Amino acid sequence: MRDVAIIGVGMTKFGEHWDRSFRELGIEAGFKAIVDAGIESRDVDALYVGNMSGGLFLEQEHVASMISEAVGFTERNLPAVRVEAADASGGVAFQQAVLSVASGIHDTVVVGGAEKMSDLTSIEVTDAIASVADRSWEALFGATLPSLYALMARRHMVEFGTTREQMAQVAVKNHYNGARNPYAQFQREIKLSTVLNATPVAEPLGMFDCAPISDGAAAVVITTMDKAKEMGKDILVRVAGIGLATDTLALARRKTFTSFPATRAAAERAYKMAGVGPKDVDVAEVHDSYTIGEILAIEDLGFFKKGEGGIATEEGRTSLEGEIPVNTSGGLKARGHPLGATGVAQIVELVWQLRGEAEGRQVKDARIGLAHNVGGAGGTVAVTILEVI
Amino acid sequence: MPVPRYWRYQDQRYNLAGSRCTVCGTVYFPQRPLCPKCHRKSLGKMERVTLSGEGRIISYTVVHDPLSDYEHLSPYIMALIETPEGATLLGQIVDAEPDEVEIGKEVEMVFRKLREEGKSGTIQYGYKFRLKG
Repeated sequence: MRDVAIIGVGMTKFGEHWDRSFRELGIEAGFKAIVDAGIESRDVDALYVGNMSGGLFLEQEHVASMISEAVGFTERNLPAVRVEAADASGGVAFQQAVLSVASGIHDTVVVGGAEKMSDLTSIEVTDAIASVADRSWEALFGATLPSLYALMARRHMVEFGTTREQMAQVAVKNHYNGARNPYAQFQREIKLSTVLNATPVAEPLGMFDCAPISDGAAAVVITTMDKAKEMGKDILVRVAGIGLATDTLALARRKTFTSFPATRAAAERAYKMAGVGPKDVDVAEVHDSYTIGEILAIEDLGFFKKGEGGIATEEGRTSLEGEIPVNTSGGLKARGHPLGATGVAQIVELVWQLRGEAEGRQVKDARIGLAHNVGGAGGTVAVTILEVI
Repeated sequence: MPVPRYWRYQDQRYNLAGSRCTVCGTVYFPQRPLCPKCHRKSLGKMERVTLSGEGRIISYTVVHDPLSDYEHLSPYIMALIETPEGATLLGQIVDAEPDEVEIGKEVEMVFRKLREEGKSGTIQYGYKFRLKG
């Protein structure tokens, strides 16, 4: 297997882009990544696109061809693949692209992730997002995606004494970080009381426990380590480990409601491939689509013991100055969560951190970064580990 | 949405019909043609089992931001129900106020309308739960 390097990254600002289409967002992110890589369009061999649901959000499937055309790759009839794994689509697309380079099939590949959500009304978005749960056995009975996370949140509170305030602190921390990220949807700090007093969504979770409805795109360029070295890059970011795992589509069919077994499995695979452990990670981007999600993640990834994620957050151990800064970008909560774009945007943030370019939120001497991207309520998890060499 | 999509699961949604693997004894809901633990050894050895409809709440939430199908019921209560047969179900708790619902409380299945397919379409029925006693 060949070593794979990330040589270029780019993204649009995340937010409500009323005046811009899915195509335009994809073009901006892809263009920025190719320019950042210092290559030409003709150097690219293939395109991977993470997109959760062009069908439900835009009534447009076949988005691989659509984006390939938009970025000019159909001039050379390049291969393009759309990957769907709910809101882990971006993370899984990245890993599939890495496999295509590692295998020797392609040398240089662009991975994009994009979603355009704001063309639907809020309740239509709730319906569309519920399609990542089990339509026949969860959504039909009234379950929304936040309601499934709420069920886990309440179990976590009962089993480990996690408090409402500890969950709220995840949102406060991520807004603090988002206020330092010019690409974030929400660039302002919030108070704990704002989270606690927000409109309820699915108790105990309220509006400020939930990632927003977002439009946006992110892209990265990967190539072989040999090619990256030939290009004379100052800082080489290597894809050290990838791990992918699945679990039951429906939450009720699990054995545990306070952990994502798929996070544990994906992390174990990624750590093993990278030859590192949780203690070696300097900076992490984790899937906080709901605040409880970040608490589950930092436990299941091994940063903290099971049941101690809430208190660790409260003590600031995951803040920018903490022992393991989590979601320096603002996470899904503050950077925004255009579903299929999120997994790729996590990689973009880690690359900025590892290159020392995360101005205003830079983690000192970050050498190893971890991205954790969840589909739905834990049915898919992709964990990727990057390192500077 | 064509009727067969709902019709084919009627026995499971109306009667709580699940599957029991006669090789290892595990009960599954909804039904499965094969046991994920016993694989091909369970082929032809999965039997229909009717869940009692009894259970215990292991977690619950009050949904304020509903699906469009359930907008008229909002806020409504969703719960994870642990059954004595071993399967865990997700369903709505009805005929109760949110402050009456607690983890550990016993529930029983009731047969209710779930949703309707527009004004002139089919009505879909299925299981919900109410507090016992």
